[in-house]
Amino acid sequence: MTTTKFARAPQETHGNWRTYLTLTVVLLISAFPVYWMFVIASSTEEAVSQTPPSVIPGSQLLTNLHEVFSLQDVYFTASLINSVIVSSVVTASVLFFCSLAGFAFAKLRFRGRNALMVVVILTLTVPNQLGVVALYILMGKLGWNGTLLAVIAPGLVTAFGVFYMRQFIMHSVPDELIESARMDGALTLRVYWSIVLPSIRPALAVLGLLTFVATWNDFQWPLITLQGTEFPTSMVALSDLASGNYVIYRRVLAGAFVATVPLITLLLLGGRQIVRGIMEGAVKS
Amino acid sequence: MTLTRNTAPSRPVHGAEAPKPRAWLYRFDTKRLPYLLIAPFFLFFAVFGLFPIIFNGVVALRTWRLDDPTKDGWAGFANFSKLLTDTDFWNALYNTFGIFVLSTIPQLVLALMIASLLNRRLRGTTFWRIGVLLPYVTPAAASTLLFSVFFARDNGMANWFLSVVGFGQENPIDWRADKWSSWIAIATMVNWKWIGYNALLYLSAMQAIPKDVYEAAAVDGAGPWRQLWQITVPMIQPVVVFTVVLSTIGGLQLFNEPMMFDANPQSASGGSDGQFQTIAQLIYEVGWKNLNLGYAAAMSWALFLIILIIAGLNALLTNRLSGGRR
Repeated sequence: MTTTKFARAPQETHGNWRTYLTLTVVLLISAFPVYWMFVIASSTEEAVSQTPPSVIPGSQLLTNLHEVFSLQDVYFTASLINSVIVSSVVTASVLFFCSLAGFAFAKLRFRGRNALMVVVILTLTVPNQLGVVALYILMGKLGWNGTLLAVIAPGLVTAFGVFYMRQFIMHSVPDELIESARMDGALTLRVYWSIVLPSIRPALAVLGLLTFVATWNDFQWPLITLQGTEFPTSMVALSDLASGNYVIYRRVLAGAFVATVPLITLLLLGGRQIVRGIMEGAVKS
Repeated sequence: MTLTRNTAPSRPVHGAEAPKPRAWLYRFDTKRLPYLLIAPFFLFFAVFGLFPIIFNGVVALRTWRLDDPTKDGWAGFANFSKLLTDTDFWNALYNTFGIFVLSTIPQLVLALMIASLLNRRLRGTTFWRIGVLLPYVTPAAASTLLFSVFFARDNGMANWFLSVVGFGQENPIDWRADKWSSWIAIATMVNWKWIGYNALLYLSAMQAIPKDVYEAAAVDGAGPWRQLWQITVPMIQPVVVFTVVLSTIGGLQLFNEPMMFDANPQSASGGSDGQFQTIAQLIYEVGWKNLNLGYAAAMSWALFLIILIIAGLNALLTNRLSGGRR
């Protein structure tokens, strides 16, 4: 009797109150650290160090923010601008180069196409964090260490981007559309511009958001090449803020909160796309 | 269908009529341009991705110091043999594995459970999915600073929770002080960040399972949880293996959390006595604090090999455990 009851597929099973309760707890745990950052960022020193810790926002947010932004040697304002520059340039470049290459791999015929695509897929698996020492030496030779160029250059293209774009273009741009444009005498770049680009906007949004988030959050390489300069990214500035003999937590977390806000905003605006990107990436990998 | 177009009167198609530069342009467009379109990817990747990894091997075989550039030359395998007896390296390796185990297993098990909840018919599907991604978009450098407050010895919320349930009222835990406690704290941060992301990976695979599989496999009175472990997990096994490999690659290179959890992040020492220093952190310390790039490069290679081996082993192991049909 119970057999039939549970034979239903999970997709068909309605969530009961326990499902919602559990998911609510999961959501609260997911959101709590960000919320608590805001609490501490808006509190006085005493409120931070009381037991049990305060979980209600205080009224000191502007004071704390003002302190963070006016700190010398941390360059917090500059760091936010730098993070915006780095993440935007990297995102634009990834979208441009990866959609071009993805288009070529998906729709153009050329010798060695399949072999080259295998190379792209193989490069997906290379953890390039392991090359940091040599990357640092290379940037030294180029004279780029300590500049934003050193952070931007390694991010200009990603194998994942090429792969993702290829899959999307293969499935969502009909061959007939391209054929007929060719018949009308359109050259390849014309086809890319007026047929491919308009129909891959959703994929561009997904890849753009994922790239922006990953670039903004990148910490190790920017720390190596930018630390101690006047051009940190916001993650490097956070580590400056948290270092030293006497750490003032309401100030540190005000900084952490400010550096997190842009990403939370992106999640609220483009959450649907980010979810889609992650779920599609899983199917295709 | 092309016939009608080719015979259209106004269009010059055949060689004789087509102006020469145009023919050249078409040939270029079909024969050469595809390579130009993919060239930027290969060019950038070769210079900033592939070259550093290969060149890393050269650096590892040389003496390469940032503080004394005149001291250079081939070192043979000196950097590698130094590794074998370097207690810092073995300590970091031990820490990395400890934190890795504490963070990977709960992470993937919880992700599976959350995915199975998200896989039910729910109101506000998108809302819940976006919600579990909050930790994923939060910068690890920022959230770790918050967790530092959470795991503070005095007035930390973790200790407060423990004291409420009757633990450590007299001697609050100094989370950073010992291996076990600092590993738990760091693993908690890693788990927090990646559970939701993995849950979505699992969810997308779960949604591809045909519904009749569940009907066909109706086990006597199998509740939802048995259904999850006996039917769902074996069906999404390739994605489970994929996430295990992914977390192995990520987990063995763990850097952000142990770095920012330190009382003084820029020391890169992983606690007063290296109790939670990971290999990625040690590479940073050796390379940019001790200024010994040659040795840091050798460590990177060692880490690369370790990742390859462990990722391979884990893939095999998961394949077996999750009931793979090979």
